[in-house]
Amino acid sequence: MLTNFNSSMMQAVQLQQRMKSVARLVLICAFLSTAVHANEGGYEKANNDVSNKASLQRGARNFVNYCSGCHSAKYVRFNRLAVDLDLTDAQVTQNLIFNGGKITDTMTNNMSEADAAAWFGKAPPDLSLIARARGTDYLYAFLKSFYLDPSRPTGMNNTVLASAAMPNVLWELQGIQKAVYEGESSADGKSVEKHFKGFELVTKGKLTPEEYNEFVRDTVNFLDYIGEPKQLERRGLGFRVVGFLLVLFLLAYALKQEYWKDIK
Amino acid sequence: MSTADTQNKVGTTGLLGWIDARFPLTKMMREHVTEYYAPKNFNFWYYFGSLALVVLVLQIVSGIFLTMNYKPSAEGAFASVEYIMRDVDWGWLIRYMHSTGASAFFIVVYLHMFRGLIYGSYKNPRELLWIFGMLIYLCLMAEAFMGYLLPWGNMSYWGAQVITSLFGAIPYVGTSLLEWIRGDYYISDITLNRFFALHVIALPLALVFLVVAHILALHEVGSNNPDGVEIKKKKGADGKPLDGIPFHPYYTVKDLMGFVAFAIVFALIVFFAPTVGGYFLEAANFDPANRLQTPEHIAPVWYFTPYYAILRAIPNKLFGVIGMGAGVMIFFFLPWLDRSPVKSIRYRGGLYKTFIGIFVISFLMLGYLGLHPATTTNTYLSRVFSILYFAFFILMPWYSKVDRTKPVPDRVTFHAH
Repeated sequence: MLTNFNSSMMQAVQLQQRMKSVARLVLICAFLSTAVHANEGGYEKANNDVSNKASLQRGARNFVNYCSGCHSAKYVRFNRLAVDLDLTDAQVTQNLIFNGGKITDTMTNNMSEADAAAWFGKAPPDLSLIARARGTDYLYAFLKSFYLDPSRPTGMNNTVLASAAMPNVLWELQGIQKAVYEGESSADGKSVEKHFKGFELVTKGKLTPEEYNEFVRDTVNFLDYIGEPKQLERRGLGFRVVGFLLVLFLLAYALKQEYWKDIK
Repeated sequence: MSTADTQNKVGTTGLLGWIDARFPLTKMMREHVTEYYAPKNFNFWYYFGSLALVVLVLQIVSGIFLTMNYKPSAEGAFASVEYIMRDVDWGWLIRYMHSTGASAFFIVVYLHMFRGLIYGSYKNPRELLWIFGMLIYLCLMAEAFMGYLLPWGNMSYWGAQVITSLFGAIPYVGTSLLEWIRGDYYISDITLNRFFALHVIALPLALVFLVVAHILALHEVGSNNPDGVEIKKKKGADGKPLDGIPFHPYYTVKDLMGFVAFAIVFALIVFFAPTVGGYFLEAANFDPANRLQTPEHIAPVWYFTPYYAILRAIPNKLFGVIGMGAGVMIFFFLPWLDRSPVKSIRYRGGLYKTFIGIFVISFLMLGYLGLHPATTTNTYLSRVFSILYFAFFILMPWYSKVDRTKPVPDRVTFHAH
């Protein structure tokens, strides 16, 4: 009688324990899901896709035409691009190498850091890891957020990065936009509080706004890819490794059951 | 050929016999593996000890391969890590295994420590076992901290800058001590070089030594179990514990299963989310170290954040450092703070369960708060949870003694599989 009571009590305690450990795991998972993301900040989603080779090729073209004059990507090797973007070495040499380098070189550029700092106030950063450091959404928003501001040396400012040293090198494509603010008078009517409302295209560019969005998306996609060229290979291998481990787990479980059935 | 001199005590013959006459191979295998009797009622929480050992091996092996291509200099460190990530064959995999392994080590060790906490595994006769474990934990923290500087990212740099600066708070010797640790007036090439030396040689050696001591102490006193019952007290006619089973094959096959389950989770992270949204590898660390520009928000990696939150909760820097240190060191005293007649949470009363619940919530909340900027609300919350964190330990001699415990059974609770 007493042993019965004891064992049922122990079972209850054990169940309670198990539920508690589950609750604890849930808590830990919930905790981990509030990520301190590179992409935090509520920017419009870049929605780029690094498995889209055509987009990466266009992005590489955009990068060497519009970015690489000032920005290096010094950890990115040209022949790595050739392999990953389905291009031949000759195609890469003809279309992507503007710095006089060889196919085995990395995407450095010919502007000295001292000159760059003197010209722009700040040397343009290397872009190899910019997507990993800032997030793709940030880059997508940044490249779309230049606006007219005569008070700046370049005549342009940026809502994502205030007082950006970078001029809007894509203005020909995007056109020129101005920032529109909504005025809101304070209670005493003396000051006006301005809220950013949106952009308004003042001068049309070569591309329509939709085409420009795609242009930026391709460029950001390329930056995402060069941030971690192995990411495609990584995911592909991941499915195989996890698949193997799942089978191994079944075997390990069966082996354990086989041995443990003797334990009473 | 075999004379009395070369005969061995374990009765093996052939090559093994030759070895056993000269080295206690079979004897050790029996003592520690095939005839080490572990309680048969180990549950989920008992996987993390062997997993910690697996992660240690993983870190050492992946670390050896990283060292072959890593350059420990301010000039070359960041670039060499990118070289490993891009140009070295399988370098990216080895690096992600090592970076994920660092966080995995802490997850596994925290769960292992929590197991010790709820089942009273630190209590008599396992005090020294617990102390060895705590020394491993301290060593691991130092190892992780030094390793974190090596990629020479901006968060590495400023994290090291902030944490080493804490030594400057010590009265009289602080400034000199700080210079002595950094080898310079700020974190520099010299600091990186010495952290590298400590990370790849000194601390791993100490870790391995302590792990051996931890396991030897464990096998001397025997494993605790979820019931907190000493299985050695009930032995059969053969002198073996009635509730004990040989570690091999029973726990080797069970731990193998646990290891594969762990490996699945580990692989999911390595292959699909190696940065874990900025928790395991922070975004700011993809910018190279820059002495002139701090990251937007400096925070340590998640496994240090509970203590970091305690540091920030205390307005005075010196007392903050003392509070942070005390938050870690107080675990050492657990065996003597706990006055309960029972070991396992299963037979403890509501008072203990309430306190340990508060402790778990405080630890998690401090971890969360340490990751986020110290706003006014966050600072007040950190203070509340710091007090609750310490209350668990400081009030333990009282509540563990007056708590209404349940009778502990003679034998372990076990349901056949």
